Amino acid sequence: MIPSVIEREILIEAPVQTVWGVVTEPGQISRWFSDAAEIDLRPGGEGTLTFEMRATNERATVRLLVETAEPPHTFAFRWDYPAGATAHEGNSTRVEFTLIAEGESTRLRVTESGFPKLERPEEEKAVYADVHGKGWDIHLVSLRDYVSGQS
Amino acid sequence: MSQDSPKPSRRDQALGGEDEQLWEAVAEPSRRRVLDLILAHGEATPTMLAAELPFTRQAVAKHLAVLARAGLVEGQRHGREIRYSVRPERLDAASQAMAHVAAQWDVRLQAIKRLAEAQARMTPSEPPPDPP
Repeated sequence: MIPSVIEREILIEAPVQTVWGVVTEPGQISRWFSDAAEIDLRPGGEGTLTFEMRATNERATVRLLVETAEPPHTFAFRWDYPAGATAHEGNSTRVEFTLIAEGESTRLRVTESGFPKLERPEEEKAVYADVHGKGWDIHLVSLRDYVSGQS
Repeated sequence: MSQDSPKPSRRDQALGGEDEQLWEAVAEPSRRRVLDLILAHGEATPTMLAAELPFTRQAVAKHLAVLARAGLVEGQRHGREIRYSVRPERLDAASQAMAHVAAQWDVRLQAIKRLAEAQARMTPSEPPPDPP
């Protein structure tokens, strides 16, 4: 089945507080995510992620809305909603980071859910082949699983 | 990994409009039920689908239209009815689009791990208290 929630995790050999800083501080976010970041780290706080498109030399700014900020364990936000709109279910996805101490290390889990049901006009269709041609290293689901997994 | 390794891109850059359509088509649970049912039968008419699902025929027709627009199903006219079947190659593309988003998170998590572990090495945490 094609998942509607993406869930990934990783074990990090660093204390929870350190990982929390990397995940939530704008100065650090710009080292693993966007090129620049601003975040008002409290529920209802807004922020922006700025990406520089290397190909076109343009900048794209994506807004985010903090839903949960419970240091140092939970950070959740909605992002990628249209300019001028308020973030809600249906126009944005929800990303949630969970940090769990495991001895001296931290298990960091991320989920992204609620992929929007976007109604895109026909003319916005982009080149599918570009995406398709890149070669995918990970297949969460193969067609065979999908078909044989019917219950 | 070198310092100037490309940062994982934003989802929009990687996913074109057509993938968004695929997404839209499969993200909706009731549409997935329609898709599942067509897969289970090989092919199905709107009448068959409406009989087996708790949706009106109109709702089924709407779901089929979205699935067809995304290229996930195709219909063939047989007399007065249209029989729908799944296009497997498009279904695979839909799962790959999701897999790509997952892969981007893997890259980001790896980057977080490198940053946090480098910081932890620079500022070692306080030594555990000596046992009494």
